[in-house]
Amino acid sequence: MLAVAGAIPWPELPVVEGLATLDGPRLLIDARPVAAVARGTAALLAAAVSASQALGGPPVMAHLVGDIGAGQGSRALYAHLARILPERQYAALVFHYLQPDVDWHGRVLLAVEQMRPRPLLIADAGFMYAAKMGGMAPSYDLFTPDAGELAFLADEAAPHPFYTRGFILHEEAQAPALIARAHAHGNAARHLLVKGRKDYLASGPEAIEALPGPDCPVLECVGGTGDTLTGLAAALLAAGQPMARAARLAALTNRLAGQLANPTPASQIGEIIARIPAALALALRQIPA
Amino acid sequence: MGLFKAVKQALAGRVEPGRSLGRHGILVYANTSEVIRAEAALKEAGWLVSVKGPPPELRTGCDLVIEFPLVEELAILRLLDQAGLTPLQSAPVDGPLLRPVDLFQTVDYGRHLMIRAANMKLTVEKQSRRIVNVSGGGCPDVPYLAQEMIGKTLDEAPSPRQIGHTLCGYALQLAFEEMQRRC
Repeated sequence: MLAVAGAIPWPELPVVEGLATLDGPRLLIDARPVAAVARGTAALLAAAVSASQALGGPPVMAHLVGDIGAGQGSRALYAHLARILPERQYAALVFHYLQPDVDWHGRVLLAVEQMRPRPLLIADAGFMYAAKMGGMAPSYDLFTPDAGELAFLADEAAPHPFYTRGFILHEEAQAPALIARAHAHGNAARHLLVKGRKDYLASGPEAIEALPGPDCPVLECVGGTGDTLTGLAAALLAAGQPMARAARLAALTNRLAGQLANPTPASQIGEIIARIPAALALALRQIPA
Repeated sequence: MGLFKAVKQALAGRVEPGRSLGRHGILVYANTSEVIRAEAALKEAGWLVSVKGPPPELRTGCDLVIEFPLVEELAILRLLDQAGLTPLQSAPVDGPLLRPVDLFQTVDYGRHLMIRAANMKLTVEKQSRRIVNVSGGGCPDVPYLAQEMIGKTLDEAPSPRQIGHTLCGYALQLAFEEMQRRC
């Protein structure tokens, strides 16, 4: 089973968990609607559910909480995860939008280390920030940063992308150098799937592969395209794809889905998620096993 | 503007706070939204304070502190007490504090304009000044800010400073202000 943990912008929502499904533009947990499929963890879940269904992959378990940034919801979910994870069996576990908190991150990671078998660990967004800041990035199998977040991982002094020092430029062409720098300071996961003008998979400081796919510059404006990339990669990994093929397929599917949606800077992520089944079918034909 | 405030602003404009006076201090709060409110209150009163990253020993997560001229501590704390924004801690610092990213990147798509500040991007339809997208960021107020701002004009939309809580929200505020300046 694939599991996803994160926050959604509904402050009254307590910690909930259950199987995630889609009903058009709505995300359901155990058949109850909990969120619109917009950016953030809802978009990640929608992409993962859509891809997993198309692949015949495992169901997707969601661990969610409401949080609009004050952090109380995130801390409640951290505490819940630290308590329940040792007894759970997941093929892959994704941590996503949560208030970065180094102490709670450490407690959750300790709980993960008790899981048998140990799941593939994927982190993005706030949880990835906490993993890097806590010095635990190498414990993860996959980070999915965008170009700015890669610069943050590369800056050993930065506690958040907001503080990435100016000499570490957010330049797309710098990606291989930034990947090497992130590894040199122990701030990279074993694999990095970097979303930018060109996507990269890095499996170490030197094994860096530029991933193929159509270029749609306006997608930089569209909130949620990084979330869908993470959801696609997670679904492919949970379905048994090896890391390199999962990353290639996820990046290509994400770009093809964007292209199929004929996007403008005003497009919303739901329009792209709706194209994932068709895009995934195309990608599977272009990248043979 | 009162004379005292005018003189204080003039002085503040000539010197970087805390630097020329030799020492600077930081104000520590429980969360970033309180930092943002305290910064607004201090700037409204004419203090040229700045928001920075905390020293390593004080970092717990998604943090900001306010850097201020230490010699002005008493007056600043009095103002904050009166505003109901008493900090958890006021401490002198000697080492350099991290400076937020202050570069803006602008991409003109013809009908739309995108501005990036740090890790946050804001896109507006130029003619209507309507916010059409928010992207980037990883803190949990980002989806909420996007939900509350998209579809509204720059005049109608709540500012991230009002409803945001985190560093990502603060970065979006910078993009929002720059967009208001340009559109």
